Amino acid sequence: MPARRALAATTLLLLLVAVVAGCGAAAPVRVEITIHYSHFDPSALTVPHGVPITFVLVNTDPIDHEWIVGDEALHQRHRTGTEPFHNARPTEVTILALTTKTTTVTFATSGTLKYICHLPGHAAFGMVGTLTVT
Amino acid sequence: MRRLLLVPATAVAALLMAAGPALACGGLIGPNGAVNLLRTTTLAAYHNGVEHYVTAFQFAGGGGAFGSIVPLPGIPSKVEKGGAWTLQRLIRETDPQPLFARDAAIPAASRAEVLLQVRIDALDITVLRGGGDQVGSWAKDHGFRLPPDAPEVLDFYAARSPIFLAAVFDADAAAKRGQAIGDGTPVHITIPTANPWVPLRILALGKVAGERVDADVYLLTDRRPAMLPDPNANGLTLQVSRAASLQLLDDLRSDKGMGWVPQLAWLSKVRIDGPASDLRFDLAIDASGRGRPSLVDAGLASLRSAPQPTIPAGSVTWVLLLASVVLVVPLIGGLSLARSRRRPSPGADA
Repeated sequence: MPARRALAATTLLLLLVAVVAGCGAAAPVRVEITIHYSHFDPSALTVPHGVPITFVLVNTDPIDHEWIVGDEALHQRHRTGTEPFHNARPTEVTILALTTKTTTVTFATSGTLKYICHLPGHAAFGMVGTLTVT
Repeated sequence: MRRLLLVPATAVAALLMAAGPALACGGLIGPNGAVNLLRTTTLAAYHNGVEHYVTAFQFAGGGGAFGSIVPLPGIPSKVEKGGAWTLQRLIRETDPQPLFARDAAIPAASRAEVLLQVRIDALDITVLRGGGDQVGSWAKDHGFRLPPDAPEVLDFYAARSPIFLAAVFDADAAAKRGQAIGDGTPVHITIPTANPWVPLRILALGKVAGERVDADVYLLTDRRPAMLPDPNANGLTLQVSRAASLQLLDDLRSDKGMGWVPQLAWLSKVRIDGPASDLRFDLAIDASGRGRPSLVDAGLASLRSAPQPTIPAGSVTWVLLLASVVLVVPLIGGLSLARSRRRPSPGADA
């Protein structure tokens, strides 16, 4: 009887491990970025490619901010752009004053990107972060 | 006294030149590109527990609405139109006036509590009580485009005094009133308070690290004041420190609402010229003779970590603090904020 109990316990443990591992693979990675005094915290992140990454963007400031992630070409377009509000693309988000916004992005390839607030003067003030996709 | 209203042409030129970088950084100027609020002059006075604060806004043309937010040490008991020449008379006292200038043109969280609203000429004045977030939200809701350093700066002031004055300058109304470019609208604010101080950090609002702050601060006290920080360091220079002339005091006293100016006083002028990134303090002044300006009033210590000196209750000693801040930026107290009718265009065409 002890052998059968040990076998049952082992089987149960393996099943539990399998379930947990399965859940982990399905759940998106969650990353929280806080904006305080017009700075991103953290200002450097590393995430894997090919996995949905859910960014929780918490704006604690009484002014609006943006979180726009991409390569230099994208940022150059935004530096001279005219779109006042962003909510159509998961990589371009406007976070209104004292609010939280969530967006989920899956990065197809590895590389180094920047996340920047392109409101006037904000990038120069330091609202720039680095996102490393591995 | 009409001539005393004249603004030195050199100062005006400096202001116009300063508009270039302000436009470039985009944080202070409206989307139409017009620089309406050319310069603001601020006066604060303290006598027997009452501070008198005079601010003058100058109309520089253009349309739309622009505004300023000024931190105050207490709740005003009265806001009214200020005298006509007080600030200019101080400038004239300490700065040689070019002869040609005499003939020149006269130049979500919980909401913030609105304590007072008054209209003075083309200015809409609102006195607010609230924390940095509350005042910032109020400003945003009322069309102010706050620069990125505003959240930290508002908290910096709200931690000591949650009282702010927001002034919206309606350029269209000014034009309809027939105000010419360079005309100033003085505002006199009476503030009962035990701890006067001169806001300096606000002068750097909206400036990037490399930009400079250029301002003059006039002080008029009953005796030689002690200041903190050192007025000959940290970008400050004490240019004038002497007994005020009787003629100056007589002239100031004869202006509208300035009858409280004492018979004798000490005149100081502090020049501010340094990188915006270094200006992270205010000017604390102790004119009581004890020589102990407050670390808290200077913004160098929090209320919790430093004792706050107070003026003895019932003291007949008067302290007069007169501060005139002449900005060479298109904002007052450095805390001028562009107010636009529509949101700017920060993002990209996508």
